[in-house]
Amino acid sequence: MRRHLLSALMAGVLASTFLAPAARADGPAQYVPLPTYRVGAYASSGTLWWAGERDYFRYINEVEGGINGVKLDVEEFETEWSPDRTVEVYERVKNGKNGEPVAFFFTHGTPASYALIEKAATDQIPLIDPAGGRTESTDGTVFPYAFPLLFNYFSQASVGINYIAQKEGGLDKLKGKKIVTVYHDSAYGRETQAAVELLAKKYGFENIQVPVADPGNEQSPQWRQVREVKPDWVFLRTWGVSTPVAIKTAQRFGIPADHIIGDVWAGSEADVIPAGTAAKGYQALAPYPGGANFEIHDRLRKTILDTGKSDLKDPKFFGAVYYNIGLINAVLAVEALRTGQAHFGKRALNGEEGRWGFEHLTIDDARLKQIGFEGLLQPIKLSTTDHEGGGAARIQQWDGAKWVLVTDWIQADRETLRPLIEAKAAAYAKEHNIVPRNATAEN
Amino acid sequence: MPRRARAGLAIPLLLLLAFVGVPLVGTEYWIGAILLPFLVLSLAGLGLNLLTGYAGQTSIGSGGFMAVGAFATFGFVVHGGVPLPLALLLAGLAAAGAGLVFGLPSDRIKGFYLMVSSLAAQFFFEWLFQKFPWFYNYGSSGTIALPRIAVFGLDVGSTLGRYYLTLTIVAGLTWFAANLMRSQTGRSFMAVRDMDTAAAVIGIPVYRAKLLAFAVSSFYLGIAGALWAFAYLGSASVQSFGISRSFQILFIIIIGGMGSIAGNFIGAAFISLLPLAIDHVAQALFAGHVDAGLLQNIEKAVFGVLIIWFLIKEPDGLARLFQTIGARLANWLRP
Amino acid sequence: MSLFLETLIGGLLAGTMYSLVAIGFVLIYKASGVFNFAQGSILLFSALLLVTLHEAGLPFVLSAALTMLVLIAGAVVIEHTVLRPLANRSPMTLFMATLGLSYVVEGTAQGLMGAQVHALDLGIEDVPIFFGDVLVSQFDLIAATTAGTLALVLALLFNRTRIGISLRAVADDTRAALSIGINLNRIWQIVWAVAGMVGLVAGVMWGARQGVQFSLSLVVLKALPVLIIGGFTSIGGAIVGGLIVGAAENLAETYIGPFIGGGITPWFPYVLAIAFLYVRPAGLFGERALERV
Repeated sequence: MRRHLLSALMAGVLASTFLAPAARADGPAQYVPLPTYRVGAYASSGTLWWAGERDYFRYINEVEGGINGVKLDVEEFETEWSPDRTVEVYERVKNGKNGEPVAFFFTHGTPASYALIEKAATDQIPLIDPAGGRTESTDGTVFPYAFPLLFNYFSQASVGINYIAQKEGGLDKLKGKKIVTVYHDSAYGRETQAAVELLAKKYGFENIQVPVADPGNEQSPQWRQVREVKPDWVFLRTWGVSTPVAIKTAQRFGIPADHIIGDVWAGSEADVIPAGTAAKGYQALAPYPGGANFEIHDRLRKTILDTGKSDLKDPKFFGAVYYNIGLINAVLAVEALRTGQAHFGKRALNGEEGRWGFEHLTIDDARLKQIGFEGLLQPIKLSTTDHEGGGAARIQQWDGAKWVLVTDWIQADRETLRPLIEAKAAAYAKEHNIVPRNATAEN
Repeated sequence: MPRRARAGLAIPLLLLLAFVGVPLVGTEYWIGAILLPFLVLSLAGLGLNLLTGYAGQTSIGSGGFMAVGAFATFGFVVHGGVPLPLALLLAGLAAAGAGLVFGLPSDRIKGFYLMVSSLAAQFFFEWLFQKFPWFYNYGSSGTIALPRIAVFGLDVGSTLGRYYLTLTIVAGLTWFAANLMRSQTGRSFMAVRDMDTAAAVIGIPVYRAKLLAFAVSSFYLGIAGALWAFAYLGSASVQSFGISRSFQILFIIIIGGMGSIAGNFIGAAFISLLPLAIDHVAQALFAGHVDAGLLQNIEKAVFGVLIIWFLIKEPDGLARLFQTIGARLANWLRP
Repeated sequence: MSLFLETLIGGLLAGTMYSLVAIGFVLIYKASGVFNFAQGSILLFSALLLVTLHEAGLPFVLSAALTMLVLIAGAVVIEHTVLRPLANRSPMTLFMATLGLSYVVEGTAQGLMGAQVHALDLGIEDVPIFFGDVLVSQFDLIAATTAGTLALVLALLFNRTRIGISLRAVADDTRAALSIGINLNRIWQIVWAVAGMVGLVAGVMWGARQGVQFSLSLVVLKALPVLIIGGFTSIGGAIVGGLIVGAAENLAETYIGPFIGGGITPWFPYVLAIAFLYVRPAGLFGERALERV
């Protein structure tokens, strides 16, 4: 019995190796490996996220016939959000599959982006981590193969502060205000500290940082501390279960929900639903707005959802924030591939060509309208020196049942923060003996 | 003794295979993504086995001591300008010191109480290395990475270089551990494990033996942590050494075999390969037919079932099972 | 002073939430000597099942009853497939088996019922109540009452019923209990079922506070220091241990935290527990095992 089981396992391994589908006759497809987490603590975010990504890729494949006829071959690998396992997946897929090249690698998590940043530079595979990643890799001259696309952590801090200023009636009104940042005590949570410190100095508000230890399912001491401060605004940078607990505990200590601004990763349905009525009025940054009434949703509803091809188990999550995160990530990748194909020819691209595609990615308002993402995605333009390219978010507010968008795109103060990013990138270059690329020569 | 002779031949053969054979036939993926972590996990298993399997002190704080090793190596290299081999050694000693401190309560605390208190080490080090930016050289996200991995001026940053570095260290430390366990020290460890009150009666310094076990075990774990961070992943943060890592290492020694040197390697191989095997089988059997989320969860449940099944069927671990099979084979081959 | 008083009271009340989780461990450890790591995943499983049934349209009470039936069935299955084959093995092996069990339970829970976060509304408004200057949470008051009631019910069960008395017999001396004809397997099934229900109560309380989701299974890590302080074998100990841990971690975060960077709640209770162990190696209420050579 014992040996029987082992041999069965082994036979299975062999069989699956040989039974792998052969490459298509009409040129190889584009291999798109996805490290995912459908198991474990972060699965609630993950399942919707992958549904969005897969649905959009499926839409491209089945409705549009691929990108200029090049199909996307999507494959998932379970990681449980562990950076170690993501590294393993990366090693497994970086050389492509059956002749299908890899043009980019979604890390799907900031720790994994960090773990892979050097390997990817050596292997020449772009790491894509929208609204996450290593902030200083915005400077593409030092980090050619890392893309904290769309909305890096510094921009998140800046938009948060800018929105507070807007509510107060101008940046000059920030002077003397008390802004508390309650953050998940991790690399992710601390990533904005340098930016907020700089902005506090510039605008003269008081910057108070309160850490919440992981997992954060009991936060009375923290919020008691916040209450003692009597803050004007709270910037909430939590993640996972610490967000609903924070919102509930804040209510218990009498801090009004509409004076708490959540950041990107504290602004999904899963963050507010468990908090019940306490979350009513809570606002969050939304580079990925929630809602199912954008043009792309109509298209997907018709071609994917209603035909039973969706990856979503429960259609009520169609248009949830995490689903839309998936859609937007997927469209950014597809548009980058399209850009690359326009330059290199209509075929599957490799990592170096993928990088070129991302560095020349431009999505303007007209293009947004064409692809059906108007209002859902901000206009974006990348370059060698700018691997972020967006830097704006809308603000959405929870009305007790759904997210309602309350502002248009609010731009981060990227000029102020750029020197900080460049200094960090330069320090990294020095530490690793990297000669920054010439920004203009390579185009 | 014929059996002894066979074993004497097996180890050089294995080493020859590892040092010469593997690099000849292994692809970069197999060496970099399968063999490297396997070797490091084996070393970590060995570290825990010295403490738990030989000296009978249970710990689920292994991840914490691995973190000490990784962050100390980084600190010695970056802040101290110490060359890598020396930094590794010093980091191992730092981890040993940390193990000693958290082993102090072992004179009064036993069994599960001690196990749970080893969690204190786990959480304390997670907090420590995240809280104070000095440990990660004020980088923005608390991640540590070495700019260049060099041994005696030789760059070993390539996959093969890192493999050889790891293999050499693991082989050397395994040899040392095997000898240590055969010495007076090893026998006093086992006496403490089997019945510490009795050990004390016959004059073994029980507390000293326990503390030594904590220190040696943590030294191994520390080196393993450093290798995990710099030889395998390339960079690490405390998440790489969380509590699930501690459980993983505990699984290795239980499945491989407590109180067995070879068991660590067998257990680590099992832990590294099983998920891949399940993944392959599942992909081959159900891909496309079953919802991806369900499939992943089934895999997790199957992993749990296999662990329970092993505990029931092979209480002494796979090392014993292999031994039995080997003995039967030998019997069968005998003319 | 009012900050100190408020922190202390808030901490004590919050601590009873830990007690709720710890009681489930104590029951199983007392009866079968198993340190059941899967208690956390049972918490998750039971709360998730309850919510899923409730959201499917069943009334709350019926959902709870069905969940309990499933828990009883689960206890029987676990006894048959895990505990019985592993009887007389070392406590370490049993602990490992429960680790494996936690994988199975978590995989089953998320596989069958999905990974989405569910809200669980018990209709308790979590608004501040003021006693003078001191702010107290209504939710915590109710949690404390629940924990107290639960401890009382279990005490009655153990001291007044036939099952409870045979259970205590097993805990005191397994061999003697067997010799007078107590069915050990049946006792284990009952204890695991009861622990499952305690897990359900804890899961519902924690689920109401933070949403029913995977991280419920992590609450276990908070219960372990409670167990050390209170002892593995005493329900009263679990209550007192919870109070101590809750108060200590709140006070520490408020008064020590700011000096060393804050966020010390994950490890502080463990360090406290070690300190306690130094003074009382079997916990406050634990029985000290005699060692014979």
